Amino acid sequence: MTNSNPSLVKIQGVSKAFRRGSEEIHVLDRLDLEVQQGEFLALMGPSGSGKSTLLNLIGGLDRAGTGSVEIGGERIDQLSDRALAAWRARHVGFVFQFYNLMAVLSAERNVELPLLLTHLSKKERMQHVEVALKVVGLAHRTHHFPRQLSGGEQQRVGIARAIVTDPTLLLCDEPTGDLDRKSGDEILGLLQTLNREQGKTIVMVTHDPHASARASRIVYLDKGQLSTQPPA
Amino acid sequence: MKFLGLVWSNLKRKKLRTALTVLSILVAFLLFGFLCAIKEAFTAGVTLAGVDRLVVRHKVSLIQSLPASYEQRIAGMPGIAAVAGQSWFGGIYQDPKNFFASIPVDPEKFLDMFPEYSLPAEQKQAWLKTRNGAIVGKTTLDRFKWKIGDHVPLTSPIWGEPQGQSHWDFEIVGSFTGMKKGTDTTSLIFRYDYFDEAKTRNKGEIGWFTVRIQNPDQAAEIARKIDEEFANSPYETKAEPEGAFAAGFAQQIGDIGKIVIAVLSAVFFTILLVAGNTMAQAVRERTEEIGVLKAMGFTNELVLVLVLLESCVLAAVGGFAGLGLAWLATLGGSPAPAMLPIFYIPTRSLITGAGIVLALGVIAGALPAFTAMRLRIAEALRRNA
Amino acid sequence: MNWLSQILSVSLFNLRTIPERKGSAAAAAIGIAGVVAVLVGVLAIAEGFRKTMTVSSAPDVAIVMRSGADSEMTSGFSRDEVRVLKDAPGVARNAQGPLASAELFVIIDLPKRSTGTSANVPLRGLEVQAFDVRGNVQMTQGRRFESGKNEIIVGAGAAREFAGLNLGQEIRIGLNTWSVVGIFTAGGGVAESEVWCDAAVLQPAYHREDNFQSVYARLTSAGAFTQFKDALTTNPQLKVKVLRLSEFYAEQSTAVIEFITTIGVAIAALMAVGALFGALNTMYSAVAARTREIATLRALGFGTGAVVVSVLLESIVLALGGGVLGATASYLAFDGFTAATMNFQTFSQITFAFAVTPSLLAMAIVWATTLGLIGGLLPAIRAARLPIAAGLRET
Repeated sequence: MTNSNPSLVKIQGVSKAFRRGSEEIHVLDRLDLEVQQGEFLALMGPSGSGKSTLLNLIGGLDRAGTGSVEIGGERIDQLSDRALAAWRARHVGFVFQFYNLMAVLSAERNVELPLLLTHLSKKERMQHVEVALKVVGLAHRTHHFPRQLSGGEQQRVGIARAIVTDPTLLLCDEPTGDLDRKSGDEILGLLQTLNREQGKTIVMVTHDPHASARASRIVYLDKGQLSTQPPA
Repeated sequence: MKFLGLVWSNLKRKKLRTALTVLSILVAFLLFGFLCAIKEAFTAGVTLAGVDRLVVRHKVSLIQSLPASYEQRIAGMPGIAAVAGQSWFGGIYQDPKNFFASIPVDPEKFLDMFPEYSLPAEQKQAWLKTRNGAIVGKTTLDRFKWKIGDHVPLTSPIWGEPQGQSHWDFEIVGSFTGMKKGTDTTSLIFRYDYFDEAKTRNKGEIGWFTVRIQNPDQAAEIARKIDEEFANSPYETKAEPEGAFAAGFAQQIGDIGKIVIAVLSAVFFTILLVAGNTMAQAVRERTEEIGVLKAMGFTNELVLVLVLLESCVLAAVGGFAGLGLAWLATLGGSPAPAMLPIFYIPTRSLITGAGIVLALGVIAGALPAFTAMRLRIAEALRRNA
Repeated sequence: MNWLSQILSVSLFNLRTIPERKGSAAAAAIGIAGVVAVLVGVLAIAEGFRKTMTVSSAPDVAIVMRSGADSEMTSGFSRDEVRVLKDAPGVARNAQGPLASAELFVIIDLPKRSTGTSANVPLRGLEVQAFDVRGNVQMTQGRRFESGKNEIIVGAGAAREFAGLNLGQEIRIGLNTWSVVGIFTAGGGVAESEVWCDAAVLQPAYHREDNFQSVYARLTSAGAFTQFKDALTTNPQLKVKVLRLSEFYAEQSTAVIEFITTIGVAIAALMAVGALFGALNTMYSAVAARTREIATLRALGFGTGAVVVSVLLESIVLALGGGVLGATASYLAFDGFTAATMNFQTFSQITFAFAVTPSLLAMAIVWATTLGLIGGLLPAIRAARLPIAAGLRET
């Protein structure tokens, strides 16, 4: 690791356990992770290895049992629920496997949602939405509803929604998991572009080697620990 | 309110369910409006009663009358501004079902005592000139399609008919309207001198007196003085403020207020369940979406507010439509003028109704909103996978 | 598999899933319970009123009033007229003479116990034969009034509703003081709302010497009524109206009963519409939640009829549950609840008890079933129309 950029994500000694019945499962076990500014990190591992849990911790969607989570110099594990929500709105964009668009809202309204939390005027919000949709290549489908869009298009809307507030960090949970190879490639290309040209730091959970190949670095999660080598 | 669009879109998600819920809320508030109108019909007398007026009647009961001479005696007492006598004629037009109040009075004194009745000046002059002249409230005039100048025959089971005649003949010389909302405009008012001359018994007697006092604060004091004045005479009196008299009369029919509240409680409990159930369903099926909103940075409190807002919009659309419909319906007049001469929804009931609309929205949404607020993001999102 | 057993198995399958949807199912059932409770509650007022007005009317008792009078309040007879009336053919007799009582009906002002506001209480002056004419008067406390004394006896309903009418108390009416010497029942009838005294004492107190308002007469048989009536109405000296007591009370109560019934049914009908929307909602979501199951069943070869009937059945079961709940609740809450209201004909109070009768309960069940049927019909049709292939993919 000879990257001169400062660390954006700094996780130290994080543990997380779930209780299933009487059995306690340690998904993350005193885990450390650093992600540099501008990196495109692929997080791989078998099903149930805790990839999504780790991603949720980075995004402030979940809280660790122990350890510290520092993003951009801020200890988000010490924030209150309310402050954490505000922090998410400012600094993180999420992309989900099943897109998770609001079925009742058109593409542009979906993208506008995170902007409702800002103080932008209606006009300013629509300008941002337009830009975001243009970046993902969907400027022509602004008034379509999710059910009228293909899977790839829906995911583009999802990405537009994630970047519309111009966050520093994009967190993607299996963004191509529900797409065919061609659409998946397009989405990965889009993420790469965002990483290279707009300097977005991306952490992407995937179990698809084809997807992780696009990343600048790959880490593997197994038995609660990270390694740079795939598990045997 | 920039979130309203989101709330509105959510309501449109299951149009049928939203429509059914809105309709059930609409019906509840339609009922609320009608019941308030019915309650008002029985108690309007209390709200409209003049604070400076007393009613003086026979102590034993309202059906017994007092000597006409009491008018002079009461008028001469200190603190009294005016006295006007009325009686119960109990007139019947064609059929007892066509009931309306008919009351013999002294025209000048009556109109002076009750300024809430508005009668054109020339009609008043005509009334003063016509011995068997009567003025009729607009509601009753319209009900029987009478016109000014018509002769109306009435019979009275209480007083019988004038000597040698088969009925009482009244010439309609005027029609009055109410200055205040809720004024009873169903009565037929005619002249006491015509009545007293033609009746065959209890001549020189009057049913009850309405008394205006100079200072409303002295109402109780003056009422007591009047009763003392006539104590131990064959005609003892009972004087009380007009409001108390009207309240007592309404109370005789039954505790209308209590019945109305009981029925409305049942109605709203029912509707609360229906609306609450809808909101609970809506939140249940939207678990993942709520998770996504929270991931985007919507705070728990904002999610709570959004769900409450949704249920309030639901309640508001149905509730205000229901209140509006009830209001429009009562503009058309009473469905049963004999039983309910006054039929309208008072403004304060509409305000109460609006308050209940909001309360319904908040209460129906409270539990689902709380559920949505407490939803943990990681778990909500995992349901999808 | 025959049709019936198809329906049965699908229905049982559906009903077993109700506990999974208990919130929504309970909301629908309780909605219908509310409708039924209000319907039964309001109509119990009308039923109670009707019962009070009709229960005491023996078929062989007649009332005579002046013709044109709409109630005893507006009737009047002289002592001479009364004598002729009592001697008319058809009137039963005992050792003291004809079984007939000339009566006087006035109103006194007494405070209601519940509110303290004054109410018009009927005070009736009777002759001693009145007890035998009515035949159902039982003294529950004290004794009958004595002739010529300022004594009153009080109906059980009046004693319950109005203050100052306990045994041994004295009340002042006008310039006279009366003592309460007895409390009586009259088979739950309208007489229980009244206060009774000797007519001969009441007349001077009300300046009505030699005046009566009505005559109550016991006839030799129910069949003797026509004879009695014809004799009086054809007598040129008299201008009278002769009614069986049952007819008289029916006439007196029709307006009130109609009013309450109309309002009660109108309220319940409006509420029913509201609850119906709730029931439709529940059943539509029940069908939506089971889209896949229904499609699977149909793919397995179950007919649309079985699906429709099973949805209807579920809706009716829920509605019936609500109906029984509501009817039971209103029976427990309202049956026997006592109240007093104004009888506008006599301008006086009538005390009565709410009556939740079996026919009201039956009606409640009919309403509930109807609501269930309507609430289930449209969703059932939707269930039957679901395309199988699309339904199977539904999650």
